[in-house]
Amino acid sequence: MTRELSYAQAVGEATVQALEADERVFVYGIGVDDPKAIFGTTKEAARRFGPSRVFDTPASENALTGLAIGAALGGLRPVLVHARNDFLYYCMDQLANHAAKWHAMFGGVMRAPIVVRAIVGKGWGQGAQHSQSLQALFAHLPGIQVAVPATPYDAKGVFLQAVSGNAPVVIIEHRRLHDVKAAVPEERYTVRPGQGAVVRKGKDVTIVAVSLMVSEALAAAEALKARRIDAEIVDPRWVKPLDKALILKSLKKTGRLVVLDTSWKTCGVSAEIAALAAEEGFSYLKAPVARVALPDYPAPTSAALEPLFYPGTREIVAAVERTLGRKVGRKVASSGPRQEAYIGPF
Amino acid sequence: MIDCSGRPAALLKDLFTRMTLIREAEEKIAALYPEQEMRCPTHLSIGQEAIPAAVCANLRKDDTVFLTHRCHAGYIAKGGDLNKMIAELYGKATGCTKGRGGSMHLVDPQAGLMGTSALLAASIPIACGSAFAFKQQKQDGVAVCFFGDAAVEEGTFSESLNLAALWSLPVVFVCENNGLSTCTPISRRQPSIPIAGRAEAAGIPAQALDGNDVLAVYDAASKAVARARQGRGPSFLECATYRWREHVGPNFDWDMGYRSEAEVRRWMAADPIKRFEAGLDAAGALPKEQRRLIREGILEKVEAAVAFAKKSPFPGSLDLEGAKA
Ligand SMILES: Cc1ncc(C[n+]2csc(CCOP(=O)(O)OP(=O)(O)O)c2C)c(N)n1
Repeated sequence: MTRELSYAQAVGEATVQALEADERVFVYGIGVDDPKAIFGTTKEAARRFGPSRVFDTPASENALTGLAIGAALGGLRPVLVHARNDFLYYCMDQLANHAAKWHAMFGGVMRAPIVVRAIVGKGWGQGAQHSQSLQALFAHLPGIQVAVPATPYDAKGVFLQAVSGNAPVVIIEHRRLHDVKAAVPEERYTVRPGQGAVVRKGKDVTIVAVSLMVSEALAAAEALKARRIDAEIVDPRWVKPLDKALILKSLKKTGRLVVLDTSWKTCGVSAEIAALAAEEGFSYLKAPVARVALPDYPAPTSAALEPLFYPGTREIVAAVERTLGRKVGRKVASSGPRQEAYIGPF
Repeated sequence: MIDCSGRPAALLKDLFTRMTLIREAEEKIAALYPEQEMRCPTHLSIGQEAIPAAVCANLRKDDTVFLTHRCHAGYIAKGGDLNKMIAELYGKATGCTKGRGGSMHLVDPQAGLMGTSALLAASIPIACGSAFAFKQQKQDGVAVCFFGDAAVEEGTFSESLNLAALWSLPVVFVCENNGLSTCTPISRRQPSIPIAGRAEAAGIPAQALDGNDVLAVYDAASKAVARARQGRGPSFLECATYRWREHVGPNFDWDMGYRSEAEVRRWMAADPIKRFEAGLDAAGALPKEQRRLIREGILEKVEAAVAFAKKSPFPGSLDLEGAKA
């Protein structure tokens, strides 16, 4: 019998196992040991390992990030946790100018492997400053690895990889995935950097999706199936390094590419993957690449505007139909992003 | 006891009105929030009303104010449009940001409410910039920035204080020290040195105040605002107070375990409005009957704002053109 865990539980289990396996690991950040414990993800770790290894911090994100670098240089394995991606902007200098560069800038004589977990909010009016997805920002920087786990299995695997690897890693979790349950092995395992996965096999079109958009892609694939379109879904799991080979292999098979991202379209991950197709997969393409991502606009809060802002099945189906040269615009049974069962406050 | 004797009747009435309007609006939001129609994270200021009321009573309409995620009270105290505020919480097109910002991002430029940030300490340097604009253009406006005790921990706090002191900016920093950052007490976040002392160390005159004593805050703010207006530079007010409800949302939360019910009850007994009313009674000022009438008028105003919000239309489109850089 396979055991099921929620994504949040999987992160929590990975955290406990990392603390258990390696006494150099410590976990810190605003609220990690408070009653909410980062949506429960650090609760068990705090209970088991106590304040010497799992501890709350002042609201000093940039300094906490610099502290992680110094601690890593001193032989520790820091895991810094943020309840929202948006707070990562405060860490930007230490992440971009320092953590990312510590290895190469010093000629490879040192490493500063730090792990940063940050969660994307969505819905219930999280709004412009509490719902950003910053994977592209970090993927842009040489020297940082960026994971965007979409399943409980991957959430555990990328975490355990990050705390045992030798590069700085930013893990972008999605709050809307935290309650999703699936099979997760009890033992420790890793999802290697640059190791993507085909989450649905198909032959007509390749959908590359990250984070929450993987589940949107799976929902859309059902709608597409009803239209006799057989979609293959590729989840890169890491946007840096990116599993180019897997994406190109699928593209070679289907000849059509639709890219889904949880963040903005302009200069985002979807642009990078489209560029990959143009540069290295041009001869496979039977149609222009289509992208489904956020419009260039900060997330609005109104319950009437959120559904207009976030793309879902309708937009994905339309994009796929465009790449297949089909007429777009026929009614899709389930349209827009699926409504959250979630009830406030957040 | 808050000593109200010898104070102008108009001032006492003004302070009472501002505090009561904040309280009643917040209580109404708390009562209605469970209907699930205000679909945005909502941080209430119940228990902290005296500080924004007292500070804003010293401001002109054209003075500017910058706020945080917990921005309802400052918005109301500075004269923000109540209808537009409640409509914003309901995500309506008639809201102060047309359903874009929600509870954490209230603004009303007509009332000098020039910005709120849900990111800690972020509005502090922006307030300094507003003060800089006044100074550069030889205007006698004053910029005021409200923030919580956790904002003090961010780097930009220290950077901003240095700028303000160095350039003698007409800005008043108001720290509402409620001793909590979400569920973490200040003792676990800062060494036990007074926040006001940090400002002093940066070269800014600072005072630690009982933030639930509306007249104490009023007097200190009055000096600080005058100082700024006369071009004599920034001031800092650290105001001790307490948040009654949960960090975000309408409920009491002593069952969560990060604070005791006794602690909350102690602070509720030190209710800034009740304390003020006791002082008014002792001084024979603003009689009970007058207060009742004021409160009645406020309740009507709040009801009207809710009705306005509920019947207002939702925004129909994202207006992407408006967001183009
Ligand atoms: C840069 C940043 N880090 C963390 C948070 C998460 N956060 C939101 S409110 C809050 C507590 C703030 O406490 P304080 O500044 O004292 O204000 P209060 O909520 O007590 O009014 C925290 C940690 C945030 N909004 N921004």
